[in-house]
Parts: sequence; structure tokens; C-alpha cells
Amino acid sequence: MALERLDLEHIPPSYQIYTAFFRDVSNADFLYAQLLSRNSEFEYAFIDASSVISRLHLFSAIYSAVNVLLDGNLRTPNVHSEIVVSLNINNNIADAYRRWGITPSKTKDLVVVKVVPTSNAQDESSTTIQTQQAVWEHLSQQVQGTPTPLTDDELAKTTDWPKVRKYYRLNGVPALDRVADEQDKRKQSEKLAIMGMALRGL
Amino acid sequence: MAATDGQQFPPPKVLTYPASAPPLLVTQGAEGRLYKTTHLAPNRPCALKYRPPKPYRHPILDARLTKARISSEAKVLERCWREGVPVPAVYAMDPAAGWMMMEWIEGIPARVGINKLLGDRREEEEEEDAEAPLPETCETLLADLMRRIGAAIGALHKTGVVHGDLTTSNMMLRPRRRGYGNGSGADGDGDDAEVLKGDVVLIDFGLATQSMSDEDRAVDLYVLERAFASTHPRAERLFATVLEAYKETFKKASSVLVKLEDVRMRGRKRSMLG
Repeated sequence: MALERLDLEHIPPSYQIYTAFFRDVSNADFLYAQLLSRNSEFEYAFIDASSVISRLHLFSAIYSAVNVLLDGNLRTPNVHSEIVVSLNINNNIADAYRRWGITPSKTKDLVVVKVVPTSNAQDESSTTIQTQQAVWEHLSQQVQGTPTPLTDDELAKTTDWPKVRKYYRLNGVPALDRVADEQDKRKQSEKLAIMGMALRGL
Repeated sequence: MAATDGQQFPPPKVLTYPASAPPLLVTQGAEGRLYKTTHLAPNRPCALKYRPPKPYRHPILDARLTKARISSEAKVLERCWREGVPVPAVYAMDPAAGWMMMEWIEGIPARVGINKLLGDRREEEEEEDAEAPLPETCETLLADLMRRIGAAIGALHKTGVVHGDLTTSNMMLRPRRRGYGNGSGADGDGDDAEVLKGDVVLIDFGLATQSMSDEDRAVDLYVLERAFASTHPRAERLFATVLEAYKETFKKASSVLVKLEDVRMRGRKRSMLG
């Protein structure tokens, strides 16, 4: 099963977080339509992998969204859309969906995140608890693409750096311009992106 | 400084959720507490700064002040980081809840590094007065550190930020990744010497403000000068080296240094009234 269960620091046991990565997805239009119609069976964070830098980058957004969920301050319909919004550096929700969310006829590589409340979660919307098996069965049936391990190496293959640099305002940043080594530069860019997300809207 | 009994205060809510290791209360200031904990992964240490609610303030005012202060500190850190000033990166924050997770800076405060070096000497030479010359190697090491401190402050002021509480406790000496492990001499102070060669990282921007005024910058330097004189009396002369490096890094330094003369004459506060 290519559905990974994440074990992030400071996440209460009342939530299980799963992620998967699909390459060469052919039915982005269909998946997007499910989100638009608020099909409750499709409560996932569908993230365009081309605007994701690394696992750490993705996890920062998940952590931030779960914190918002725990505080009961969701600004979007659910924790999944909140994850997409958390990747943004400003509070423009439509922009965030367009930039980090799944886009019909554009998204080829897709990162999926699913947050499942467990029995002790005080989430009124949770009627049945989905198991990891059930989540994966549904996903693998509905997403037409190649399941790929969600590793930093695999993510790096799909990152569209010019786009990421634009989204996170990384062009012309003195701290990055003085770094010669490409690997170091990416590490620094990741740090700045995470910092931008943390300071969202400030 | 380092308090290990973290149980005497209730931790902030964000730290009540499970992690691979319990949060460690590192230090407590007048306004907030600093915990060492982890961000996302067990191998990613971070510093969590928490400003607890103040019971003596009206709740609405308290919430507003806490939020504004955490936000402003984060904004200053981001600005510095973008400009390449060595400061910790921000990992995550919740201004309304009063916390911010930052990059954990390895190493020791400059204050400890300097005093270790000077302290070791003191034992050997016993009760000599502060004016006695330091051995040459020691002198070179310290002078080199002073240069890097001056350069860091110059870079900080160049970005339009004043720290507000510059002391050698608010500067970390982060061991260098590259070339780490070489150059530690066979003599006894090899380790202390190595520590002093670490990268200077400025921390604790809780009192920082964005300002371009010579006055504010001069007060920043003055505060460090005074702190330096009391924490490291034996190295007081070396403060001139800090200013020298400051001048080389920061183009507008000369007018700040002129202002510093004024500040020295009258003290930190501009007005003696009230």
C-alpha cells in the first residue's frame, strides 16, 4: 500500500494523517469536479506536486492546518482545504487553490493528504472512522496515476522551481543570491518558504 | 539560566500534544518562556517562544499585546533572514495563542564562550588586574570574534532593524559545519578556542524594532558596550574592534558612531524628564 501514515510531532492522537503521491495523473478534471461539487467522499487535500518543495514543506502546511482545526478557527470548509490554504503566504484563498490545489488539465503529479479523526476526536462531522485500508482503496480506485513513494527525491523531480520562486517571492532575495551551491540554495529556499507560510498574512 | 524542572508552569496548549521527547524549559524571561522541543520530526529541534497571558492585564489588551509582539518579532526575523543577517528561521507560529517555533541554534552564547576563555586564564594568572595584557593567541581569537560580532550588528542595522537588547548572551556561537574539527590545537584551550570560531547568530528579537534612525542604532551599540563592560571587564578594550568591524560592514556607520558619543555622554534615555 502506497498510503503513508505520518507521525508528526505535536499532533494529538485524535487525528491520523495519511499521504500518497501519484505521478502522471490522467483524471485531474474528474477529481477537481468532485471537490467543486463538495462530494463528501472526496474530502482530501489534492495538492499539485509541482508547487511542493519537499516533505518538510508539505508537513509544515499540514501541521499549521491541524493546529487551526484544533483551535476551531477553520477559514475554509475543512482541514483539507485548510492544508492547501496553509501553503500560501497570504490570505487569498482562491489564489491558494489555484496555485497549490489540483487544476483541471494542468495537474500531472498529485500529492494527496487525508486527515482522519479517530474515535476520540470531537469532530461532529465524523460519522464513521475510515481505516488506512479503506482510504487507500478509495484513493487507488479514484485517482488514475502511478503511486509513487512520497520521498524528497521523488518530490524534487516534480518541483517547478521558477513557479515556487514566484509563489514564495524568492527572486532577488539577498540571502539566496549569495549561496553558490545549488543544493544549499534549495535548502535555504525551503526554509524561506516555510517561514513565509508561518508568517502568512502578517 | 538553564532550568530543567519544566513542570512548575503549565506548558502552552501547543506543547500538550504528544512528541518524541518532552519539551524542555530552557529559560524564562520577564515576558515569556523558551522551550526546546521538536518541529514535525524528532530530529528537527526547535525553540518555542511562548508569551503566557498576563493576569494583571485586561484580557482584551493582553491578547492584543501578545499577538502584536509575537507578530512583530516574527516579521523582524523574516526580514533579517531574507537579507542574510544570521538569525534563527521561523518554523511555525500562532500569534493569537502567543507562541512561535524557531530554528534551534546549536552552540553556546558568546558570553559563555568569552568568559570560558578569560576564566581559564584567570585561574592561571591569579588575581591580576583587568588591565593585564592577555596572551597573544587569546587576544587574536577574541579580536576575531569581536570583528564577527561587529559585522553581524552592521548587517542587522543595514536591514533597518535595531535589536533593542544587544548583549553577548543574545549572540550564539554556532559551530561551523565546514572545517569543523580541524584546527583544535593540542594545547589545553583547543576546545574553547574552537568554540570562539563559531558563527555569530543573533537571537531574542523580542525587543527589536524596525528603525533607520542613527539615534536608535547608537543606543543599540551603547547597550552592548555597557553590557560588555560589565560581563567581560577584562575584554573591555576589545569593544573598539566591534565598532571597527561595524564601520566596515555598514556604510552609514560613521554618523551612528558620532551619535554614540552623544549617547555615551547622556546615557540610554534621550530625555531626562519623567
